[in-house]
Amino acid sequence: MDWVLFVTQILNGLQLGVLLFLLASGLTLIFGIMDFVNLAHGSLYMIGAYFCATLTEITGSFLFGILLAIPATMLVGIIIEIIIVRRLYVQNHLDHVLATFGLILCCDALVHFTWGPEGMAIPLPVILDGQIEISPDITFPTFRLLIIITGLIIAGTLYLVITRTKAGMLIRAGASNRTMIGALGVDIKTLFTLVFGAGAAMAGFAGMMITPITEASIGMGNDIIIVTFVVIIIGGIGSVKGAFLAAILVGFIDTMGRSFLDTFLKLIFTAESAETAAPALSAMLIYILMATVLTFRPQGLFPPKGR
Amino acid sequence: MQILTNFSFQNRSVTLVFSVLFLLPVYTSLTGNEFYLDLVNRLMILAIAAASLNLILGHGGMISFGHAAYLGIGAYSVGIPAYYDINNGLLQLFLAVTVSGIFALVTGAICLRTKGVYFIMITMAFTQMVFFGFVSIEEYGGDDGLVINTRSSFGQLLNIENNLNLYYFILISLVACLFLIHKIVRSQFGLVIEGSRSNDQRMRSIGFDTYRYRLTCYVIAGCMCGYAGALLGNFTNFISPEMMDWSASGELIFIVILGGTGSILGPVFGAAAFVILEEWLSSLTLYWHFIFGALLIIVVLFAKGGINGILTYFGSGK
Repeated sequence: MDWVLFVTQILNGLQLGVLLFLLASGLTLIFGIMDFVNLAHGSLYMIGAYFCATLTEITGSFLFGILLAIPATMLVGIIIEIIIVRRLYVQNHLDHVLATFGLILCCDALVHFTWGPEGMAIPLPVILDGQIEISPDITFPTFRLLIIITGLIIAGTLYLVITRTKAGMLIRAGASNRTMIGALGVDIKTLFTLVFGAGAAMAGFAGMMITPITEASIGMGNDIIIVTFVVIIIGGIGSVKGAFLAAILVGFIDTMGRSFLDTFLKLIFTAESAETAAPALSAMLIYILMATVLTFRPQGLFPPKGR
Repeated sequence: MQILTNFSFQNRSVTLVFSVLFLLPVYTSLTGNEFYLDLVNRLMILAIAAASLNLILGHGGMISFGHAAYLGIGAYSVGIPAYYDINNGLLQLFLAVTVSGIFALVTGAICLRTKGVYFIMITMAFTQMVFFGFVSIEEYGGDDGLVINTRSSFGQLLNIENNLNLYYFILISLVACLFLIHKIVRSQFGLVIEGSRSNDQRMRSIGFDTYRYRLTCYVIAGCMCGYAGALLGNFTNFISPEMMDWSASGELIFIVILGGTGSILGPVFGAAAFVILEEWLSSLTLYWHFIFGALLIIVVLFAKGGINGILTYFGSGK
């Protein structure tokens, strides 16, 4: 096997996993605490990407673009929560699904209206726009490495916030018994809004990090959101730890499947049938993983306690 | 109880709706306006798909966000044989129904072990799996889809290359499917499904293996929607993975909710409202999805019972 390619793909898998975690952690927290199904989480990912592209263009700096786009996306999330989502908490899951589906259509149309049908690219600053040498014969794009590092830092920070701070304590309490912490005098309404806003900011940040690689486009959130669902289902809905491990697992399996499945299949089948089956099978791999996990553990790998 | 009090109204509206559908080709051939025939064809196919979804969603409480998978499977069951010049209609319909049934059985067996949000997301994910599966099979057009050159052939029996014949074929299919669903819902089987929706634990404790009932119901709905997919493939003469995009599944749910979940004609009204809205809004503005989405949010937040709920409300003179 080609070791250089193998190591590069491991890093690529890690990068996809980290990105998925940014989306999945927000989604799983929102569900865990508010019992709310947010299909429109991917729209915030898209909005973050477009905000960052525009702000980078205006300020001329990718860093400023990100720093301004994060609070902007968070604000959009908070406004959506106050106008629409807040009214839905008391309704059932079907209503959540329908309303957030409507929200996706609205967001896609608004982005189309504002930014036009073409995508937007973000040019990388020179310092990030190169390859970095990991070992003498392995190089890796600097920016992708940056995504991995920032993603892991955010994951670590999130872990500390949830386990060590007062806000984290409230989040954990909210996840295990919503009504009780409301009865104990905690302002749940604000807590919900803030968690939704934080989720929006993380989703938006994920969108900002991917845009220099793939560019911002309409509907970019809709494809990744279903993969994110797969992640939180495998991890156990409501569990941030589960979301992290599942995101990395899904990132690896998807990347590895796409690059090595045909080689692997050629060992078993004829070259020709492996050539035809591999693309279809590798596209379906993570769903097969999900089905397998659910067959043995219907609640996912790490179902949160107390539910 | 509601069914009993609304019976006469329901009966009258069923007669009315199907008389209109039956006589529509007379009107279009007099005015020479073929466009409406196409619109109604699409409407009726969507109504079959929505009715099958209503069986699991409305009656069974199983919120599937992946029902469009069966539309796709059904359509490809016509398209792939046609690609190899196999046009036997009975074989294609058989394929559409059985493959859909098997897919429903396998995925349903996994999905139905879970509840609530898990169920919604998993049905969505499985449909996405089929979607990506077909996208990556280059042989059948991949992303671009596949043109079906010849419609299903039923030998001397029926020639659906003729648009009028296709119209009545779809209409009869719709009546048959609605009748079948009507029978299922009124049967003991249907009562167990309804019972399991409102209190699964109680149904199990009085001795019903509700998992099996629900799985059977899930498979029936899948088969019926696969059949609708086969009709869709014949109607559009074109298939693409786009048909089972997750937004197509969302639209089916929207149709069911808009039509109201509790009645036999609900899916027909819902499909009619959807098709008319889509035609009208897309002629108004390029950004019609915004209005559509906003409408969806408003329906959820303010109108319970959907269109049929509103109609029944006026029809029963409450």
